[in-house]
Amino acid sequence: MTHPPRLSLCHGRLIDPANGIDDILDLHLADGRVFAIGDTPDGFVPSRILDAQGLVICPGFVDLCARLREPGHEQKATIASETRAAAASGITTLCCPPDTFPVIDTPAVAQLIQQTAKRLGFARVLPAGAVTQGLEGRKITEMAALKRAGCPVLSQSDRPIRNTQVQRRALEYAATFGLNVFLHPQDPDLSEGGCVHEGLISTRLGLPGIPEASETVAVARDLALAEQTGAQIHFRGLSTARGVAMLADARRRGIRASGDVSLHQLFLTDTDVASFDANYHLIPPLRTRADRDALRIALANGDLSAICSDHQPHDADAKLAPFPETAPGISTFETLLPLALRLVADGVLDLAGVIERLTVSPARILSRNLGHLTLGAPADICIFDPHATWIPQADTLISQGYHSPFLGQAMQGRVVWTLLGGNLVFELNRRLPKRTTGVRFAPDPQEQPADCAPATAAL
Amino acid sequence: MSAPHPQLDAQGNLKHFLTIDGLSRELLVEILDRAEGFLGVAQQAVKKVPLCRGKVIANLFFENSTRTRTTFELAAKRLSADVLNLNISTSATAKGETLLDTLRNLEAMHVDMFVVRHATSGAAHFIAAHANPHVSIINAGDGRHSHPTQGMLDMFTIRRHKPDFTRLRVAIVGDILHSRVARSQILALTTLGVPEIRVIAPRTLLPSHVEDAFGVRAFHDLREGIRDVDVVIMLRIQRERMNSALLPSEHEYFYLFGLTEKRLSVACPDAIVMHPGPINRGVEMDSQVADGSRSVILEQVSNGIAIRMAVMSMCLGTQNLNSQREYTA
Repeated sequence: MTHPPRLSLCHGRLIDPANGIDDILDLHLADGRVFAIGDTPDGFVPSRILDAQGLVICPGFVDLCARLREPGHEQKATIASETRAAAASGITTLCCPPDTFPVIDTPAVAQLIQQTAKRLGFARVLPAGAVTQGLEGRKITEMAALKRAGCPVLSQSDRPIRNTQVQRRALEYAATFGLNVFLHPQDPDLSEGGCVHEGLISTRLGLPGIPEASETVAVARDLALAEQTGAQIHFRGLSTARGVAMLADARRRGIRASGDVSLHQLFLTDTDVASFDANYHLIPPLRTRADRDALRIALANGDLSAICSDHQPHDADAKLAPFPETAPGISTFETLLPLALRLVADGVLDLAGVIERLTVSPARILSRNLGHLTLGAPADICIFDPHATWIPQADTLISQGYHSPFLGQAMQGRVVWTLLGGNLVFELNRRLPKRTTGVRFAPDPQEQPADCAPATAAL
Repeated sequence: MSAPHPQLDAQGNLKHFLTIDGLSRELLVEILDRAEGFLGVAQQAVKKVPLCRGKVIANLFFENSTRTRTTFELAAKRLSADVLNLNISTSATAKGETLLDTLRNLEAMHVDMFVVRHATSGAAHFIAAHANPHVSIINAGDGRHSHPTQGMLDMFTIRRHKPDFTRLRVAIVGDILHSRVARSQILALTTLGVPEIRVIAPRTLLPSHVEDAFGVRAFHDLREGIRDVDVVIMLRIQRERMNSALLPSEHEYFYLFGLTEKRLSVACPDAIVMHPGPINRGVEMDSQVADGSRSVILEQVSNGIAIRMAVMSMCLGTQNLNSQREYTA
């Protein structure tokens, strides 16, 4: 095992929203942690200095939902391929949903994923444990055991629980252990068979629609249950203006709920589906321009706390079919930073605000003390060039999945270096090994209180 | 609506026929005029023209159909093409073969044109996007999306009775939500300049935002909806929609939306009644209307062959017929 080297990151613009820092400051790392900020401490001799002149230095991104497809769907992607892509995208921590095969409903699967990711050493991978066994929506999982096995949150992935009594019991049981439950708000009956937003486009193209009410009905049910049980819930990937307004209202009333948005929902709308391009087949579906604008406002004012990649790599066959028969989802790791920077260019948020929603804010939702560069914190760092332009292409993406509606479009903003626990896990224009060699990074910090009240308040 | 035109070649000629959407009025009129020329072929002793001799046309039906497949087959044969009929619903896909594999295998047999029917919206576009560049695709119905030859044969039938599209009121009655026929009709009527299109159905059978999506007027009352119209198009109600959350019963549907001579009396005196078939007598309309003097339902079937000949010959790049007739709008 090699110790992380002593590093100095010099001349860059350091942005650490958790500590209110946005200034030209040097950052010094030792033992995989933040050692000093500003002037080089006496006697500190770095083994390497990274010149970040003109670059931004910020905490590594924390992604609330990214599919790695392993175990079970390795034809689409593997932990190795996707954590490498994550590192190349500045993502240092990611949460993978439990819809692997087998499902992450036992400690063994949760541990397998974490061990594989640790051995590879490209990113911290936190598996979300399943809420119900086999994600079947009937029997709850051994949630305490999943928590002990490293699952920071629980999730039902995109297979919502139909039975409201099971949902209620699951939330209560999860709240017993202070586990946040990720919910993809979608009423299973209202969305059944649908593949696009129900509206002008579904009507014109004759595609089965998913109505707005599919989301709002689920949000209403789950907020009512969260209020009743005191459980902490997180809406993963809200897509409608009304859904977000309901969440905002509930938060004002003190319900322990939060929400995030998949970044592409802030740029694409249902009119993009018009040519039956399977790269626009997403669940939840792309909604209207009015929804997109409301999501942007909600992200800016904090009603939505985090930006999520919702990375879903697919094999070629998954998208080679008539639109409704294709698998929903796209590969989004490598466009995460440039698209997030577009939010700055579009005036939605300032740079620190965007970084906050990519780092410390999602880390809080995961109850992990990450996403900031406080002295002594793990040196999970993204260093990017906010001005570099590049064009993503299918054959140059690092992710094994290459389905993205953004291919061929000029992107501004590129990750130059990514550090995980003080080790360099990505360096632009340098080939990285298939795996890092015996890297040891600081262990996952254990839970910290999230931005909501402690779990005991609910009981 | 979509960016590069998926149906036209570089010279603007029809290459595929996937949807009415995006096609010009001139092109639709050209199809109608051509079909006019082909009507006479059926009256000849030898019902054939040699326009597509040596071409291979495959009817690729992933969904059951007798009427549409038969008229496509007849159209191809009257054009002197060789025809393959493939009912895929029962063969390849049941064995797990993908749509693309099926397509590739048939391409390897040097088929020039595929006539495709598929239960999924967008299937014809998908096949056109992935087919070999020299192959033409004709959409014979994809999911709820489009059935452009049906739409055009209906336009052809209307034009034979009501030559001026720009003065028409047309009502479409029934299951608009699930109907590819209605979508193609609405787009064709709009493109040809029909100023007033009405859709009539209970709310469960109207797609969301239908008025904005298509520029039509929605009615929930049959009598009100067909008042003073020139054309009444009745759509087929699938049996499986009955006794569901969409419709309570055939009885109630007929009571509210079934067409009878009495109800038809509020339409224009010379209004024509159309139906894409097959009819559910006593559900969409009673027999008196179906077999009555204003019904042009059987004409639609004969016209279907001429329209399909027109579209097939245009896509296969044959020369213009001399028998084109001019229609001024």
